[in-house]
Amino acid sequence: MDLLGFIIILVKVLVVFAATMLTVLVMIYLERRVSAFMQGRLGPNRVGPQGLLQPIADGIKFMMKEDIVPAGADKPIFILAPAILLIPALMTFAVIPFGSDITLFGRQIPLQVADVNVGILYVLALTSIGVYGIVLAGWSSNSKYSLLGGLRSSAQLISYELAMGLAVVSIILLSGSLKLNDIVADQQGYLFSWNVFKQPLAFIIFLVAVYAETNRLPFDLSEAEQELVGGYHTEYSSIKFAMFFMAEYANMITAAALTVTLFFGGWDFPLVDESSLGILGTVLSVCSFILKMGFFLFLFIWVRWTFPRFRYDQLMKLGWKVMLPLALFNIFITAGYLTVRALV
Amino acid sequence: MYRDFGTVLVAVILGIVMVAIPLLIQKLIAPSKKSKDKLQTYECGEEAEGSAWLQFNIRFYVIALIFLIFDVEIVFLFPWAVVFKELGLLALIEMGIFLIILIAGLAYVWVKADLDWVKRNVRYGTGRYQDVRMEKTT
Amino acid sequence: MPLSLLFYFAALIAVGSAILVVLNRNAVYSAIFLVLCFFSLAMIYLLLEAYFLAVLEIFIYAGAIMVLFLFVVMLLNLGREKALPHFMKFQRALSLMLVILFFFGVSLIMVVGSGELHQPTIKFSSGSVYALGEALFTKFLLPFEVASLLLLVALIGTVYLAKRKI
Repeated sequence: MDLLGFIIILVKVLVVFAATMLTVLVMIYLERRVSAFMQGRLGPNRVGPQGLLQPIADGIKFMMKEDIVPAGADKPIFILAPAILLIPALMTFAVIPFGSDITLFGRQIPLQVADVNVGILYVLALTSIGVYGIVLAGWSSNSKYSLLGGLRSSAQLISYELAMGLAVVSIILLSGSLKLNDIVADQQGYLFSWNVFKQPLAFIIFLVAVYAETNRLPFDLSEAEQELVGGYHTEYSSIKFAMFFMAEYANMITAAALTVTLFFGGWDFPLVDESSLGILGTVLSVCSFILKMGFFLFLFIWVRWTFPRFRYDQLMKLGWKVMLPLALFNIFITAGYLTVRALV
Repeated sequence: MYRDFGTVLVAVILGIVMVAIPLLIQKLIAPSKKSKDKLQTYECGEEAEGSAWLQFNIRFYVIALIFLIFDVEIVFLFPWAVVFKELGLLALIEMGIFLIILIAGLAYVWVKADLDWVKRNVRYGTGRYQDVRMEKTT
Repeated sequence: MPLSLLFYFAALIAVGSAILVVLNRNAVYSAIFLVLCFFSLAMIYLLLEAYFLAVLEIFIYAGAIMVLFLFVVMLLNLGREKALPHFMKFQRALSLMLVILFFFGVSLIMVVGSGELHQPTIKFSSGSVYALGEALFTKFLLPFEVASLLLLVALIGTVYLAKRKI
């Protein structure tokens, strides 16, 4: 085992983790500023220039607060639950390619932490692990609101996971590979080779499912303040409470990155062959990835202040009676089209 | 390939460390003054009434079961999608039969109203609310 | 050999967590240890180069089946307040007999058999998903289609189960 290879791996993992955490901080700031902007308010603007240091102040405050575990709670699981939610959220980004290959120290380094050959399934598997954090947080608190919030939220997650998986299947039909690298390579070239133009229905299904999976506003039933107080994290305080939020934002970042990778060509900048430009091409590809991801992160906030929350029965109806049949229909259409094209 | 999953293992370990460090720091610097009222669970300001570990609606369980079945179906779809371009029409017919059988199942569950969250004409409980009927929401 | 070291590590966790599943009185803890067991099994699959199976182990068993188990545990309210009832004596005797039989059988195979476990004839290489798909949709077509019927039966069973209780 060569040492340099190991160091490169370690550096990549650390860089991606640090970048994710930094983006989480930026998102916490932007969420509040953009929300304020949309409502004609100012938002946090006192800590640092333009309030930029607000998320760090928040973090320090979370650390300094007393940690309360309710008397009737199941303590080990109560502590474990936020960790179960946060660790997979951080790990998902590991398989997403965020730029074209770079040549350093005479070796080609792919800008992707781990090129797992079942990449997209790895993402889906980790997403399905997140359910535990929510169920266990709800159950271990021994609070009625937590339990109801946790149950609702987990039922919501599993309902939309199906639609998400089926939308991904139609993408794999086009690329013929589970590797995220191949899916990106498949979309190279001119602008209309992006999957969003080939699979508009799958894109819409995937986007809606992503909002449900990340518990973001039209689907934030688990923390519907008016009826369930804080949902599954009602009883959490201090740093554990912060962890739920970090996990939510980390999930949003991964979701945005995944949307870009599957439907918007990943790091592809249209009409440019990045690999022929050397280091410049890599910089261009990373910039284009961040730009696209930034748009989808902004969309999360935008949607939050645009759509009202669903009622629970509407949510289930949408998931099972609209999204699931539509996704199945889309697979049939895609497969049929591919067959006809191959025959003609 | 081992290397890539080894990287994932490194990511797991680093992830655990990144979660453990803030917990430890919090333990060191945060105050801890427990009192009986502080340790109570939230119940709109009242004292918490009984345990929250009670039975809940069976519908969650049914949804989880239906989810499991369709999840298995998706698992079959992944290798199918990968080999689809090579097998072509044959694969389409095979998966068509497979899916139609399962869509029949979905239709059955749909008709039997197991996908409806609010069931119509079900008694709203007992006691005071016995005669209240659910309004039609679908 | 670091790989075999990893295997022993995964196997140790698998066996340890499996024992804890049985020994725990609280059903929720049992469920969590079972999830841990599935993760270590997934790791063993990885070491066998069966990447697709490894991810499926987590996707289906840990991600779907265990969520269902947790729901059942919570639905039946098998929290720590109500520990599981004590088993009857003859059940204990029966389980002991079955365990002895199992170990006898395994050791019999090890003594009488070739002494080593068979290596898989198909090497799951990096194209394992492709190989699996090809085998599934050409060679094992009938079992695949029958699986859909099995799933349909399970679905109808679900509806029936729910109906009797409401």
